[in-house]
Amino acid sequence: MPAVQETVERVKRIDVDQYRYGFETLIDSEKAPKGLSEEIVKFISQKKNEPAWMLQWRLEAYRRWLTMTEPTWARVEYPKIDFQDIYYYAAPKPKKTVTSLDEIDPEILKTYEKLGIPLREVAMLEGVEPKVGEEDPARRKIAVDAVFDSVSVATTFKAELKKAGVIFMPISEAIREHPELVQKYLGSVVPTSDNFYATLNSAVFSDGSFVYVPPGVRCPMELSTYFRINERNTGQFERTLIIADKGSYVSYLEGCTAPQRDENQLHAAVVELVALDDAEIKYSTVQNWYPGNSEGKGGIYNFVTKRGDCRGANSKISWTQVETGSAITWKYPSCILRGDNSSGEFYSIAISNGFQQVDSGTKMIHLGKNTSSRIISKGIAAGKSQNTYRGLVTAHRKATGARNFTACDSLLIGDKCGAHTVPYIEAKNSSATFEHEATTSKISEDVLFYCIQRGLSQEEAVGLVVNGFVKDVLQQLPMEFAVEAQKLISISLEGSVG
Amino acid sequence: MALLEVKDLKVRVEEREILHGLTLTVNEGEVHAIMGPNGSGKSTLSHVIAGKPGYEVTDGQILFKGEDLLEMDPEERAAKGVFLAFQYPVEIPGVATMTFLRTALNAQRKARGESEYSTPDFLKKVREVSKSLNIPQDMLKRGVNVGFSGGEKKRNEVLQMALFEPSLCILDEMDSGLDIDALRIAADGVNALRSPGRAMVVITHYQRLLNYIVPDFVHVMSKGRVVKSGDKELALELEASGYTQFEDAA
Repeated sequence: MPAVQETVERVKRIDVDQYRYGFETLIDSEKAPKGLSEEIVKFISQKKNEPAWMLQWRLEAYRRWLTMTEPTWARVEYPKIDFQDIYYYAAPKPKKTVTSLDEIDPEILKTYEKLGIPLREVAMLEGVEPKVGEEDPARRKIAVDAVFDSVSVATTFKAELKKAGVIFMPISEAIREHPELVQKYLGSVVPTSDNFYATLNSAVFSDGSFVYVPPGVRCPMELSTYFRINERNTGQFERTLIIADKGSYVSYLEGCTAPQRDENQLHAAVVELVALDDAEIKYSTVQNWYPGNSEGKGGIYNFVTKRGDCRGANSKISWTQVETGSAITWKYPSCILRGDNSSGEFYSIAISNGFQQVDSGTKMIHLGKNTSSRIISKGIAAGKSQNTYRGLVTAHRKATGARNFTACDSLLIGDKCGAHTVPYIEAKNSSATFEHEATTSKISEDVLFYCIQRGLSQEEAVGLVVNGFVKDVLQQLPMEFAVEAQKLISISLEGSVG
Repeated sequence: MALLEVKDLKVRVEEREILHGLTLTVNEGEVHAIMGPNGSGKSTLSHVIAGKPGYEVTDGQILFKGEDLLEMDPEERAAKGVFLAFQYPVEIPGVATMTFLRTALNAQRKARGESEYSTPDFLKKVREVSKSLNIPQDMLKRGVNVGFSGGEKKRNEVLQMALFEPSLCILDEMDSGLDIDALRIAADGVNALRSPGRAMVVITHYQRLLNYIVPDFVHVMSKGRVVKSGDKELALELEASGYTQFEDAA
């Protein structure tokens, strides 16, 4: 076969092969009946052994949700979702109460192994140091909370974190063990009435991660949660709540994958971050939900509400996201800059290929004095995808000295995709300084040919150029994730040219 | 031994024939200059040899080391030793020159079934080569050609040529955009790479480049054909009398 032909064939195959996480795990699971009602909300709450106040909170959200309608302002198109045709609760069937990794269904452990996520840190859990040469000493420890369908199945390094006073556990446990913290902060950033999907989440969320870093503590390791949707027709509604108390620091990573399925699956998560005086939270996401096949069939609908509240003076919240998956992405990680001198950052790489639709961006809401924010967004559209950046920067009347810098760059690969930039800018006082820069460019044939003449294949050339394009943002990711993200970017763009 | 054989090559771009049966043989160790007015097809020839998309070869053939070059993908040609120094080297923002060099060199080595360079070995090699070409280390840390002066861009091309060690170097209008000093530096770099196993094809509009890179043979192109061949004296003759005398010959 001539080389060109071979390349074409290979590219054709990639559409099916490229999603490396598309396998399914066969395990017994326990599901609530399909559909949503007060009974289902009660069922979930009961499954979780929740206190009465929590059930009440959920029911209020559910009743509110019944009065709401889906938002339609985003630049995405999809058939109407039948919310009664979804399972709202699925959990791996436990043999008994799980107290250590050894008791977790081995199939689930295998799943995470396949995904390259280190849950098997048994030695670590027991406080045994690895043998010399067994592990790269330069590699930092990462505590992992793994959420499988609706349930958190394992959290590693709990003991070590406890020593530092850091609480890192499934939110379902936190509701029982730290009700005072949960009650104080849950819904304080994203209220139950916030928006259609956040309200739905408030009613039916089944698990997620909870983090509390006490005053003055610098969390000794990266915290991370890996989300996996396995069951068919299941929605995943996780809820994450992170509180950084005065003068503390925490860096948190989030990763997501799902099996390849023909039908669309709903993912509606809520993430709330609270930073008190002088605290800093760094939140990074590598989102790789199944994007659908080459004809646009299947894939995850990702309708997520993420918001951080810089509640204290001099606090800082930084969002970094690498978005490569999902059929539809509807996601605007935001910062409320309430404390004086607080600052917010948003670094984003959003890649769309095939028939993916992305409508993503951020909101920087300046309320306190001398607050600052920075937005660096890199959108890459290939195939027949549509990629929209939507961002709001606003300064309140009293937010004197507010500053924002925004740079939105879009890169187009091929001529069947679209990139759109929709900025909203409001300054309600005259001392605000807002800067907005935006560019849209295409990967030029000349640049590709230059690389190819130097020995790179077409795909390697595209990967190189794109990695250069997103470099500013990649640098913001923690080391371990930056390498993973770089590979992911190349994989997502395979078959995007030629 | 013949390194490159172009036989009766006919090439079209969007229905228009640009090369009307071009023949050229380049042996190992030789330096050939191809001169001609704008639009004579000089750059088209260099692009077709390198495999740039958008050109349709309707007749003739190109053999490289006896193999059919037109059957190969452009990256395959690069790995086999075809190097094109671009008239206008492109900028690649965010990709450090060092990263680019290593990615390209390792891609070529991999394609040839050779082992890839380890980071320390690669760094050692780049340092050696860039030192011999007087290229400052900080240039290698910058994005590929981003913010480079005209002279720096051409030196970066020569650096790659030295690093990849191709057997055929095609220099497309190397002198464009260079002042005399920059031209001398770039040409010195090229001259240092002349070797018995390596051939060069120097494409230029002006004779002045050939004062610095002295060719063994000079070919004059006009309207898509080689209309006259000779030794380096032919270039001087052209400088005096211009290209118009060949208009009719084509």
